[in-house]
Amino acid sequence: MRNKISQKRISFFSRRRFVIPVLTAFFILMLLLPRYHLLNPYLQQVLMYIGINIILAESLNIINGFMGEFSVGHAAFMSIGAYIASILTVKIIPASMLAIGFPLAVIAGGLAAAGVGFLVAIPSFKIRGDYLAIVTLALVMIVKSIIENIDAVGAARGFMGMDRLTTPAWVFFWTVLTVWVTRNFLYSNLGRGMLSIREDEIACELMSVNTRKVKVMGFVVSAFFAGVAGGLFAHLIQYINPSMFDILKSTDILIMIYLGGIGSITGAILGATTYTLVLELLRPLGIWRMVILPLCLIVLMIFRPRGIIGIKEFSWFFPRTDKRVQIKERV
Amino acid sequence: MPLLEIKGLTHHFGGLCAVSDFDLNIEPSEIVGIIGPNGAGKTTVFNILTGIYRAEKGSILLNGAQIVGKPPAFIAASGIGRAFQNIRLFNGMSVLDNIRVAYFNNTRYGVLGSLFHTRRYRKEEHRIIDQAMGLLSLFEMDHLAFELAGNLPYGLQRRLEIVRALATRPHLLLLDEPAAGMNPKEIDQLIEFIHMIHKEYRLSIILIEHQMRLVMNICQRMKVLDFGTTIAEGNPEAIQNDPIVLEAYLGLKT
Repeated sequence: MRNKISQKRISFFSRRRFVIPVLTAFFILMLLLPRYHLLNPYLQQVLMYIGINIILAESLNIINGFMGEFSVGHAAFMSIGAYIASILTVKIIPASMLAIGFPLAVIAGGLAAAGVGFLVAIPSFKIRGDYLAIVTLALVMIVKSIIENIDAVGAARGFMGMDRLTTPAWVFFWTVLTVWVTRNFLYSNLGRGMLSIREDEIACELMSVNTRKVKVMGFVVSAFFAGVAGGLFAHLIQYINPSMFDILKSTDILIMIYLGGIGSITGAILGATTYTLVLELLRPLGIWRMVILPLCLIVLMIFRPRGIIGIKEFSWFFPRTDKRVQIKERV
Repeated sequence: MPLLEIKGLTHHFGGLCAVSDFDLNIEPSEIVGIIGPNGAGKTTVFNILTGIYRAEKGSILLNGAQIVGKPPAFIAASGIGRAFQNIRLFNGMSVLDNIRVAYFNNTRYGVLGSLFHTRRYRKEEHRIIDQAMGLLSLFEMDHLAFELAGNLPYGLQRRLEIVRALATRPHLLLLDEPAAGMNPKEIDQLIEFIHMIHKEYRLSIILIEHQMRLVMNICQRMKVLDFGTTIAEGNPEAIQNDPIVLEAYLGLKT
């Protein structure tokens, strides 16, 4: 189905050669936004939330959408990234070095989360589905209670003192990087292995796929980006506490990917954007927001059970190698 | 040296003896049939051979190397390909991607190549796509390369399963009831198809089948299982007239 859609790529805007110039233009725009006050700070903040949510949604999409496992542990990966990055920028990196230090701190947060992701991958060798969901649920609780009991990072009071280092440009950069790497991952050997685990794990092993390697890589990459999102998030709101990263946070991300279309990179982008925007638009409703939004979700699930765009993808997502066959095929 | 040497293979499910003391030697490019009533342990032998179950007793030598206890992916990579009794394609993936999964071990780019699509990735992907399309066109399925595997008609799904198994470059192909659910015409095509694979790749085949026409047509040698034990062995003609086999299938003559 996915390939058929790509064969219809006649649309002007779907051409690949526009991708890099358009992205560069957007990046420059994002750089200029805060400097020349092109957008009021509230809208800038919403934009950054959208970016961070896209990163989170892509990250969860790797596990829940492509590998076909069910993780609710992404809040934990996010909190690890948030705490590690914040500790680094507040306590370790000197204030004069923050311009270079911030990206490194974010990467360090991502790597720490990736390490924990590796640990979660180990039980996934033996169990899957609901049982793995329980393991990841446990992870969320464990990480939360560990942080609540470390006084050095403020325990349950939370941690503060971060500068507002997250800018629209940084969020944009990480969002694009996440989407690009996720897409590369999906259209590779490992990605096909991941999809085949989702479809039929036994058959996939008998096709000589090293399922352990695939699962470890899936969890590590996914956790890395969740950690990065955590680091960006912490330096955007400048205050974090452990109860921000509970199961509800994971549920938010789950809603985003189911809203957009599970198992589609485009779907995760759309889902995260729609969810963030609708939440902000409904803000005037106050407490009723949390009644209206779930109602919208229920209606969506009835009329579009596979999410807004299902499993379709933008055509320029396909790697050039895959495209070549499609052209050959058409002749 | 035989390609595959199975000696004294035994496996229990709880108190039930599924396979007992099973011996089988396969020479290169030999086709051997395993038949027997339902529940005789035929598929269990395949599951042990491919590493899904671990044999309790006995040894399996593939090209002289022990494969008991090795993980399924390793066994698949060392040369045993399998098509399943109940079709197990990757339904949500295209026909081409189904084949490309089987090249997992045959791809020479690492994790970095996967994540950043390096030049090496592009070169290797081109090679794999060419190989996969070549394989598909050999079996007249290249025009279906971008269909979802789950949307193919039953006969083609069966064929794709075998083609996918061939993509792992096996020395030994295990076919588990390839003719199940096929009409006589489709079985004729299947016979032709198996002969063609055999000629093209010179590989050994072990075939589990109930369709006597297929088995008699293809196999050079047969083995009959009943309740986990081997009750007869020999060429198709001898098996057809073996009183013990007739008893196992049809009961005692009264």
